[in-house]
Amino acid sequence: MIKIKNLHAGIEGKQILNGIDLDIRPGEVHAIMGPNGSGKSTLASVLAGREDYEVTKGSVEFLGRDLLELKPEERAGEGLFLAFQYPVEIPGLSTINFIKTAVNEVRKYKGQEPLDAVAFLKLMNEKMALMNMDKTLLSRSLNEGFSGGEKKRNEIFQMAMLQPKLAILDETDSGLDIDAIRIVANGVNKLKSSDNAILVVTHYQRLLDYIVPDFVHVLYNGRIVKSGSKELALELEEKGYDFIKNENPTINEPAWTR
Amino acid sequence: MDTLTYFKKRFEQLGNANGNGLSAIRRNAFDAFSKMGVPTSRHEEWKYTRISSLFNKEYEIPGETVESGISPADLDGIRLPGYGEANELFFVNGIYSPELSVVRSPELQVQNLEKAAAGEHAAWIKAQLGHSATYLKDGINALNTAFAHGGAFLKVKKGSITEHPVYIYNITDARGRNMLSQPRSLIHVTENAQVSIVETYASFGKEESFSNQVMEVVMERDAMLEYYKIQNDESRTGQVSTTHIRQSGKSHVHAVTVTLGGKMVRNNLNIVMEEQHSEAHMYGFYFPEGDAHVDNHTIVDNVAPNCYSNELYKGVMKENSTGVFNGKIFVRQQAQKTNAYQSNKNILLSPDATINTKPQLEIFADDVKCSHGCTVGKLDEEGLFYLRSRGVPESIARSLLLHGFALDVLEQIRPEHIRTYVDRLISERLELL
Repeated sequence: MIKIKNLHAGIEGKQILNGIDLDIRPGEVHAIMGPNGSGKSTLASVLAGREDYEVTKGSVEFLGRDLLELKPEERAGEGLFLAFQYPVEIPGLSTINFIKTAVNEVRKYKGQEPLDAVAFLKLMNEKMALMNMDKTLLSRSLNEGFSGGEKKRNEIFQMAMLQPKLAILDETDSGLDIDAIRIVANGVNKLKSSDNAILVVTHYQRLLDYIVPDFVHVLYNGRIVKSGSKELALELEEKGYDFIKNENPTINEPAWTR
Repeated sequence: MDTLTYFKKRFEQLGNANGNGLSAIRRNAFDAFSKMGVPTSRHEEWKYTRISSLFNKEYEIPGETVESGISPADLDGIRLPGYGEANELFFVNGIYSPELSVVRSPELQVQNLEKAAAGEHAAWIKAQLGHSATYLKDGINALNTAFAHGGAFLKVKKGSITEHPVYIYNITDARGRNMLSQPRSLIHVTENAQVSIVETYASFGKEESFSNQVMEVVMERDAMLEYYKIQNDESRTGQVSTTHIRQSGKSHVHAVTVTLGGKMVRNNLNIVMEEQHSEAHMYGFYFPEGDAHVDNHTIVDNVAPNCYSNELYKGVMKENSTGVFNGKIFVRQQAQKTNAYQSNKNILLSPDATINTKPQLEIFADDVKCSHGCTVGKLDEEGLFYLRSRGVPESIARSLLLHGFALDVLEQIRPEHIRTYVDRLISERLELL
């Protein structure tokens, strides 16, 4: 589905990713873990097309297309979704208008007709129930004044509405209590199928109790330094990231401090 | 003939024609105008807005009657939605036209200003017209006052609620000649009366069209005014529009000014809070494009204690356009317990767009709550990326963000017809439709 090869990227001249290789196939759940500053969010941002980041080397192929050539909206049209670590508040744009626009723009991109009002409402009600979302959020400005949990639920709700091929969850668990994590994870699990894939980016193992990964990768200094099964996450949780640092003595400072 | 000579000649011609109750004030105003002339950028209040060049041409200054080929069919193109149920007042080239106008609400009394000044309202009008005396300090206001003929007097009956809004159309007919129209109106919202006024501007023809309007509103105790100014005139027209509101005790003003059209637009909104517990809410949204210029000057003058005012003006500047916001809040020494808030927010869409914003507080009392602030920035890049990452193309994402930016002002337009209409105009400009 997505093939990341030797990806190097940075921001404002600072190199952050130093050669990422990752291959995700349909039906798989991958987790990327790593200490602060290891490049987790940068990877998510580069894949989603944030323009501040510059790719200096390497390639990303997504469903047979060169992902790095596409605009953010084209990436979404092709089926890529990023659940933001910090969802943006948009004053004056209601959640429902936003969702409707997004769903229909993605359909347009795919050459499909826009959903009519009835079909849209039906889809929306179904997905709101899935995420246990309060209907009053729909008429409110997007994310404005939402609690942390509401914002993250809203992200997964958008994912449910857009039905992406690859969803990247960027620290979706950060700032959430256990009940909120369960709701978010439950939503993600219900959306999982044999022809989509999920990339979970997280600092902590606890989210992975609920969204169980097939593969766990440890990111450190902008490189994947270790890959394994879900047990690797437990090992990290137990030993802390120091054990990764000790195993990689040649690089003991984040790349951008050098 | 230079501008002043021409105005003088026309003033003498028109002045002789009406020897009524307005003669004295008009003469004073003309003398003031002769001394001051049209304001130039040397004048502090006109630093960024240059209108003197507009007076390099000769304009027709109409007499007391409507001499225009405006037909009812012409009006159909400019009518505001909901007009079928509204009171409609038409000014053509600055002259109020009773023939074209329709007054539906029995709570309203509308009359030619001179006739009213000569009749039962003589004493009241004499005391009120030009009360602010700003015409003695401001050349452009003086010019309007000097030619204050053919205006309208509007009175809202005591204790009444005017259910249907009053739509005021300021029409300038510049077909085949340069036209200077100078609408003048005096509005009396009596005790505990309530009225909603919607004003708009339209020009016909390809010649120079310049409108110099003055409206004065006097609000008695417990009176309530909603006042909407919707400016979407042709992109080559000039306009100075002054609204002066006096508030008596516990009166309430809710004003929204939306400026989308016109080449050179200057609005002056002055509110004087003369008695306690008066309240005023002022909102504005301006969205010039091309090389248009929009200037909003507002004044809230707290003369009495315990008054409340809140002001929010927002602007989006496109292409080479320029904007000016100047908001003054005065709190006089005796005006303790004043609450006065003001905010001006701007988005520049192009490196060639300009905004000059100047919030000003002058406080002479020591127990007040006041704040002011302004922001100037670009569109929120983070918000833009968020929307794009959901599949929304960049141009639509920009439009949605800008529409959202305008929304909190737009929502302050209470009559649904008008709110929907303005929303459509804004969405059209954003190419959201």
